[in-house]
Amino acid sequence: MNRTGRDTRPAGNTASDGETRPLVLETPLIFEQAGPATTGVDLPDPPPGPPRLGPVAERASIGLPGLSEPEAMRHYTRLSQQNFAIDSTIYPLGSCTMKHNPRLNEAVARLPGFADVHPLQPEATVQGALAAIDALAGWLKDLTGMPAVAMTPGAGAHGELAGMMAIRTALADRGETDRTHVLVPESAHGTNPATAAALGFEVDRIPADARGRVDLAAFKARLGPDVAAIMLTNPNTCGLFEGEIIEIAAALHEAGGFFYCDGANFNAIVGRVRPGDLGIDAMHINLHKTFSTPHGGGGPGAGPVVLSDALAPYAPLPKVVAAGDGRFALAERAEGAHAKSFGRLKAFHGQMGMFTRALAYILSHGADGLHQAAGDAVLNANYLMARLSAVMTPSFDGPCMHEALFDDRFLKGSGVHTLDLAKALIDEGFHPMTMYFPLVVPGALLIEPTESEPKRTLDAFADALIGLVARAAAGEADAFAAAPRKTPRRRLDETTAARRPVLRWTPPAPTQEAAE
Amino acid sequence: MRYLPLDDADRAAMLATIGVETVDDLYRDVPAGAYLPRPLPDLPPHAGEMAVMRSLQRLADRSVPAGSRPFFCGAGCYRHHIPASVDYLIQRGEFLTSYTPYQPEVSQGTLQMLFEFQTQVALLTGMEVANASMYDGATAAAEAVLMAGRVTRRHRAVLAGNLHPHYRDTITTLAGFTGFNAVSADPRPDGREDLAGLIDGETAAVVVQTPDLFGNPHDLRALAEVAHQAGALLVAVVTEAVSLGLLTPPGAMGADIVVAEGQSIGNPMGFGGPHVGLFATQSRHVRQMPGRLCGETVDADGRRGFVLTLSTREQHIRREKATSNICTNSGLCALAFSIHLSLLGEAGLMRLARLNHARAAAAADRLAAVPGVAVVNDGFFNEFTLRLDRPAAAVVDRLADEGVIAGVPVSRLHPDRADLDHLLLVAVTETVEDEDIEALARGLAAAAA
Repeated sequence: MNRTGRDTRPAGNTASDGETRPLVLETPLIFEQAGPATTGVDLPDPPPGPPRLGPVAERASIGLPGLSEPEAMRHYTRLSQQNFAIDSTIYPLGSCTMKHNPRLNEAVARLPGFADVHPLQPEATVQGALAAIDALAGWLKDLTGMPAVAMTPGAGAHGELAGMMAIRTALADRGETDRTHVLVPESAHGTNPATAAALGFEVDRIPADARGRVDLAAFKARLGPDVAAIMLTNPNTCGLFEGEIIEIAAALHEAGGFFYCDGANFNAIVGRVRPGDLGIDAMHINLHKTFSTPHGGGGPGAGPVVLSDALAPYAPLPKVVAAGDGRFALAERAEGAHAKSFGRLKAFHGQMGMFTRALAYILSHGADGLHQAAGDAVLNANYLMARLSAVMTPSFDGPCMHEALFDDRFLKGSGVHTLDLAKALIDEGFHPMTMYFPLVVPGALLIEPTESEPKRTLDAFADALIGLVARAAAGEADAFAAAPRKTPRRRLDETTAARRPVLRWTPPAPTQEAAE
Repeated sequence: MRYLPLDDADRAAMLATIGVETVDDLYRDVPAGAYLPRPLPDLPPHAGEMAVMRSLQRLADRSVPAGSRPFFCGAGCYRHHIPASVDYLIQRGEFLTSYTPYQPEVSQGTLQMLFEFQTQVALLTGMEVANASMYDGATAAAEAVLMAGRVTRRHRAVLAGNLHPHYRDTITTLAGFTGFNAVSADPRPDGREDLAGLIDGETAAVVVQTPDLFGNPHDLRALAEVAHQAGALLVAVVTEAVSLGLLTPPGAMGADIVVAEGQSIGNPMGFGGPHVGLFATQSRHVRQMPGRLCGETVDADGRRGFVLTLSTREQHIRREKATSNICTNSGLCALAFSIHLSLLGEAGLMRLARLNHARAAAAADRLAAVPGVAVVNDGFFNEFTLRLDRPAAAVVDRLADEGVIAGVPVSRLHPDRADLDHLLLVAVTETVEDEDIEALARGLAAAAA
């Protein structure tokens, strides 16, 4: 019995079928390594004196283990070695834009004038930080062709929340509180309906047409005085440009609704299409996608949201505003020009550390580099589409944008499922594509190589997939079901994890320990 | 362009494979007139690493870094020393450039770290379970209120008057859009507020901060009892995580949900973000929790491993029925928190907390001796409130000109409360030296003269 409550085999390098796996340096949980007396930090002795904590008593023991510095280095280095990452392999997760993360951006973010400043220092002492936010805001407005941007949202979904809050506030300001429905295409990211529902809107699904785009006739038929907005991703989650987007925007505006565009896939069009030219009212920009701030194992992100003139007055606070003579100030109160702001979204002024990284990336690329980057992202996706179409089944005809969508028709009769194919790809040294999303095609495989991949990596990835498809067709379903075999762990039992959740380490019961 | 590996020969070969002439042909679905075949004019072209660093260094130099001055700001964001190994480890590419661990077989590093993080947060807050982190402390507090609504099926929140106003505003923004009625008590700088009269049978959540905005630690036990008798959940907010190394944690005083800002362990102030929200509760509420959760399981060989779990609460499965629209955590900041806390360990954290408290006590005594200055608090952790004989904002601006960042004037956070405008929040961490305290004392004395 280990100390976290499940029966497990000891870690080792022999698989259950006797096959030897590659060497993986394991590391136990920190709670299994050391006790509370160990520390890896030297601090001076606190001077003696009675505590002055008011009515609260000092806490008893916590149960936290400590590691010396060498032990900590080894523990976290070994943990890191169990991860796939962009630095080590192509990571073609569709809809996630896993592109190269330049280390210049890391150096810039750590400049003391950005990193070692407090959000509530006097404004005169944070002019550099405010100027950097203003510079990034300027680029985001120029690149989207939009007149305003709210910088504070902490992630893409937070940006969606901000945009939809602005829309609801604008509708209330117009007295149109009976606009209670938000139209969401079937192919949308789950955050779209979740955001609309969180704000109390009814969510109506809009079907896709046979070409993978919004069914224009169905959309127009649904428009009416109860529609607040549409939330449409463009390019959409099938990796396709919504060619009728201008008509969608016009019909929606005619009917009195607002156009929320999910900007998750902006990387495909940055520098080549300005969403402002398409008639949108709001769009969040995932700085960790298009502008290459590191994904960090799942955040932090940043989700500034660009806004039309109609929505700009309702933008969240605080805002960086020009104060004359090249100086900047923070507008923190809902007064004057900001009187209609819907309020505050998080503790301070936004994800500054992500802003500086994104700004370094944008300045490095410049207008020409961003134009080229979007083109290369689309070229890479179409190249994979072309190479793989011979053996896999593309879901839609025609060129894609930054990601290539296939469904599982090519696996029919093989006994191999989308998931098995993805897991087998891991054994070939590649991170899998996004699977089973979007929901509008069966067994979806969504491949987004990004502009960061050289042609030889794309070829190696395509060759590996083509080889796997041939093996699937040759009846090797059992081998696929057993994949991956070379990884630090093989397939994990997610059903048991959810049915009987073990979400933390717990200390062993003393009596049980004694009995063992 | 150094980030783009394709050259023109590659591009030509790839276009030939695809069967189109130019990259522009791939954009043929874009409506005519909306497509830009050339880079946007009037924007700068690409630049080399040296040029980018030079221009951004110039911008950064227009700020005054905290480390260059005697520095006393707190109010939800704290300057602590971060061991060099923390920043090295979080920049390992396998942590920095990986994504949400959707493929657990090749993400065990991130997943084991999250499992350890969740356990550390649960232990620190005195709760049973914690999630894999939120955007920041304020959004965690807002999500806690919504969660209390799901648990109690009520829609009223009572917010302590001494809750950080940015947290209050973040909660009321979200509450206003989700049919919640959030009522706020008046601020009480001496910490003697009584919320019992505001709690009724419709109340879902009572939100109280400890130490509060003014630095007063609170014993929550009596309030927890009142909340529980009314059928409400007690949500405790901690904006300075290091305080949990010395003070009895909210989980041991009856809190049902504890949210905290974790920035002060492992993460720089960074002008306010990215930070890391901590969120902990009791096991029975786990399926109502927002955010990602990592759980233990076994692999096909029976070996222990970790996965993201209980995702049926989340937006990518539940869509409009999700517990929250959140689809990210603050992964890298959580990693920095976890590494720093591993390095500290219990002994180091408690020593760090004592050191902070002792520095603050020394500073409070020294500053109380300045004519025209009084310490408002009876008790504090590493931050206390001074009452000056004139508006604090002007004093702070004057001292900034003289090279001392004196703290946060309460008027910055409560601009509508003229009765609070003589108050100054002063935070004193282990990074503050005796001569810094002397510089502040001299500055306050000069300002009062």
